[in-house]
Amino acid sequence: MTPRNKDDAVRRREPAVPGEPSLTESGPLVRPYGDRTGDGMMQMSFTLPLPHDKRAEGAALQLARKMGLDPAILVHAKAMGPHFTFFVVYGSVTHLVDLRDVAVVRRAYPLLSHKDVSSAVRRRLRRRMVVVGACIGTDAHTVGIDAILNIKGFSGEKGLESYPELRVVNLGAQVLVPDLVERARREKADAVLVSQVVTQREAHIHNTKAMTAAFREAYPAGKVPLLVVGGPRFEDGTETELGVDRIFGRGTTPDEVASYLVHAICPLPEEASR
Amino acid sequence: MSARPTGLLELDPAVVRQARALSRRVGRPVVNIARSHTTVSVERATLRLAGLSGADHDQVPWVNHLVDAVRADVGLEHGVTSPVWNALRQGEAADLLTLAQKAAAGAVTFHLPEGRGAGATQRAARAAVARGIRAIDRQRATRQRLIARYGDPARKPWVYLIVATGDIMEDIPQAQAAAREGADIIAVIRSTGQSLLDYVPEGATREGFAGTYATQENFRLMRAALDETSKELGRYIRLTNYASGLCMPEIAALAGLERLDMMLNDSMYGILFRDINPVRTFVDQRFSRQIHARAGIIINTGEDNYLTTADPVEAAHTVTVSQLLNEYFAKEAGLEDWQLGLGHAFEINPDIPDSFRLELAHALLARALFPNAPLKWMPPTKHMTGDVFRGYLLDGFFNLVGALTGQSILLVGMMTEAVVTPWLSDRDLALQNVRYVMNAAGGLTEDFHPPRDGLIQTRARQVLGEAVDLLTRILGDADNAKDAPLLAAIGDGTFGLMKRPPTAGKGLDGVATKAPDYVNPAIDLLQEGASR
Repeated sequence: MTPRNKDDAVRRREPAVPGEPSLTESGPLVRPYGDRTGDGMMQMSFTLPLPHDKRAEGAALQLARKMGLDPAILVHAKAMGPHFTFFVVYGSVTHLVDLRDVAVVRRAYPLLSHKDVSSAVRRRLRRRMVVVGACIGTDAHTVGIDAILNIKGFSGEKGLESYPELRVVNLGAQVLVPDLVERARREKADAVLVSQVVTQREAHIHNTKAMTAAFREAYPAGKVPLLVVGGPRFEDGTETELGVDRIFGRGTTPDEVASYLVHAICPLPEEASR
Repeated sequence: MSARPTGLLELDPAVVRQARALSRRVGRPVVNIARSHTTVSVERATLRLAGLSGADHDQVPWVNHLVDAVRADVGLEHGVTSPVWNALRQGEAADLLTLAQKAAAGAVTFHLPEGRGAGATQRAARAAVARGIRAIDRQRATRQRLIARYGDPARKPWVYLIVATGDIMEDIPQAQAAAREGADIIAVIRSTGQSLLDYVPEGATREGFAGTYATQENFRLMRAALDETSKELGRYIRLTNYASGLCMPEIAALAGLERLDMMLNDSMYGILFRDINPVRTFVDQRFSRQIHARAGIIINTGEDNYLTTADPVEAAHTVTVSQLLNEYFAKEAGLEDWQLGLGHAFEINPDIPDSFRLELAHALLARALFPNAPLKWMPPTKHMTGDVFRGYLLDGFFNLVGALTGQSILLVGMMTEAVVTPWLSDRDLALQNVRYVMNAAGGLTEDFHPPRDGLIQTRARQVLGEAVDLLTRILGDADNAKDAPLLAAIGDGTFGLMKRPPTAGKGLDGVATKAPDYVNPAIDLLQEGASR
């Protein structure tokens, strides 16, 4: 088959723009790419609780085959102490991925520039938006909340403190839930941002639920500030279960949070009606 | 320690002297505040040294009960030992534990001793506390004996590995396995909530969050296990925990009693990163460091934290300032150079040009300023993204800086930092990384001389200059705390952008100004170097 148009073919060899098929993406079914389309090659590493010997290597290959690697190649095996063996396995995976079955949660609001956030708050809220942030419970890891709130920001995006129309109160680490609620009331918070990094024994879930329950108890219905939680291990789509308005995951930048706050607290009239 | 010549960077000795002189001027007023106050935790630590331990059925330690009861009756400002041993002399109870139990039930009223009773009361208190001090001395002697028997690690830097399961019974086999794999130092990470608990939990604990509670029993169990492993490996394995947070003095005392070898103990970390009241922190810290000095414990300071919250290039001088202040406060409390595990970290964004050269400059600066201190070199965390392959390379470069600049304690970086708590294989791979770099390049210190006025020398001088400027600015900062500019600076957000005024923060209500008749036999014994 010859391309209808030479330029077209050249252009399509470039990385595909979202939503457009490219020459390297031949259809809805894909396999991993090693060095040839369709070779299905992948690598993995794991440890088995076995001393390193022929039997352990056989066990590693059996696992790889059960995971769909066929043929599987054991490229590295090393004893780690007397009771464990570490393996690196390469192989061609027999599974196919059907892109038609992949669901993507798309951002339901536009990403606003620094200036647009400020002007939206100024025009539509007509006062400064108050944002209270904290790490709650036993969590002492302020990296997340600081990345979003501190002027310093994250990934080149300055934090919420840098927006003149936002008044940010960062309470820092290990804030007790009652103190957070009290402070949010005193500051007349429009939004409360909570960061939860520690996930051992589901601490992030327990803490978040305790927090949202306390806010619902302390505020009249409908007056609860916007509750936003962030952390690397929250599951997408569990907002209702946790009682929060929005979850932000790993890699979230301050501008995304600011855009969301504008969208949720002072939306454009047409956005609000949607 | 290291044989590195301090002249490698050709720092101006006058500037180095100026930096130390400024640190003394910044630190001294804070020491005066520390000497003129006491805290509930200092008093509880004193009772622990006198042998009071254990907790009631609600897990409230007896030392807390006793100190609270004394405080309610006569205040904290005289120290607890006078009213406590007065009560014992009056026959309120046969021993400390019974007295604490009666006090918890509200069955004792405490008074200060009067007239000739005061001297005898204090002699009795001193005799009791001295038994604890002698127990610490014995543990120190035991450590020396075991090191003589099993030996120190064959080479520097010592390899420092972390365990953090939350369950002491899981920590023990993990720590032993880590030692067998090559760790020289085991650090048991504390449960994240512990720094803000105003009591020390009791007993062996199996439930912690991202770490295991520091308790006397956990200390004892882990030290005993590592003694076995030391014997098996023919190498003394050191144990590390945290003397930080609201119970710093008590944990320091327990560490001394149970022969821990290193303790995390930073002068300003609790203030800045945990929002603990500055006065509480400085008082607690001085006492804890006096205990560490006596116990032969190496302290580890937490300068890495400045670099994870601020930009490591822009804020490089805050590390130097913190190291200088930590050194001043440590020496004032009686610690010696070999006990100062001053911290610093490899946290510069790897995407910026010359990041590795800047890391070398900063690491060499610390080495040059503190030639006899066992510097603690900490791995990248901020730019560990989950790309474990790139992270492994970054850790390799971190190890290389450690080798090139003669660091003393190397906290092993994990390629799965920010992904999972380290797996068995992560630890094994990380130790392979360390071993490869040390075998391949450990001797490079001999060949590595940064050229005169090159990027490394210039950068190091610049950072030292900025540190001097910052110290000068702190001294000029006398607005609302004319007696202690450092407190004013901390209140203004000079460090890490966090504003921590001396009148706020957790644990403030546990601070009391000493009365003229304040007595603390533990502080007396520690300052006199006496054991009776």
